[in-house]
Amino acid sequence: MAIAKVNPTRMELTRLKKKLVTAKRGHKLLKDKRDELMRRFLELVRENMALRESVEKGLEVANQNFVLAKAVMREEILNTALMAPLQSLSVEVEKRNVMSVEIPEFNYKTRTPGENDAYSYGFAFTSGDLDFAVKSLSDIFPDMLKLAEIEKSCQLMAAEIEKTRRRVNALEHVMIPETEESIKYITMKLDENERSTQVRLMKVKDMMIKQNIESKRNSVK
Amino acid sequence: MYKGVAVIGDRDSIYGFSSIGLSIFPVSDREDGLEKFRQLCRGDYAVIYITEALAAEIEEEIEKVSESMCPAVILIPGVFGNTGRGKAQVRKSVEKAVGSDILFGGEK
Repeated sequence: MAIAKVNPTRMELTRLKKKLVTAKRGHKLLKDKRDELMRRFLELVRENMALRESVEKGLEVANQNFVLAKAVMREEILNTALMAPLQSLSVEVEKRNVMSVEIPEFNYKTRTPGENDAYSYGFAFTSGDLDFAVKSLSDIFPDMLKLAEIEKSCQLMAAEIEKTRRRVNALEHVMIPETEESIKYITMKLDENERSTQVRLMKVKDMMIKQNIESKRNSVK
Repeated sequence: MYKGVAVIGDRDSIYGFSSIGLSIFPVSDREDGLEKFRQLCRGDYAVIYITEALAAEIEEEIEKVSESMCPAVILIPGVFGNTGRGKAQVRKSVEKAVGSDILFGGEK
């Protein structure tokens, strides 16, 4: 691996060592986060699939009922019947924090609590099939909302897991090895410098001793 | 914070939802759907149910809002039958998280 341009100084070495410690710590934490997120995600996504299946089935029935209702009623009457809905529904959105992923929680509130308020029409001119259709839809709705909540959570968590995994990999395979390499490079360079200084000193000492001996010999003569 | 719930898709698939208090937005073609969908995303809606048929046509637009918490865009089968797109969406998120679909790979 190519060594990044680093100055082989002690200061740089200390800095890199600190960086390595942080990187390792971050790596461990992110890894834990990824594992926990994954565990929760897998739980949630199984639930999601099961719920989706049941909701889709329910909606299919509701759709069939509506088609039936449409078949036996004139379109204008049907449109008039559903034109002014009695019920209005609002959803309260709450945030829940799961491993730093914000996932929504939906609680719905209907304007009128009565179960029969879904029928916004008089029964005289409409077919009974329409009642069935509306009933089947209003029965399935709590599940639909639950599905929305879970599915959105799954999507958000999937995105977060992907991000975390990238980070873990980047730290594990790029950041940490590179820093280690740089540290090794600096240590070796510093050792090398030290050795060369020592050799130089020894050489100088040798020369000085030689000079000393020489001068003494000369003075004896 | 109270928000509404919207349903968007072809008229036949969604008109019944108005009876239980959802806001319905019938659209006829792709352009119409795209514009309405954008409007809904900016609007005050917590959940947008969208028919699979319409979702297939404006996929990119749905992708754009998938990162934010609101609105949650949920696919529902329309009156013309189930295309399996909703389940594919779930599978896609598994793939995104795990790297490959390990849970529902065998199912079709």
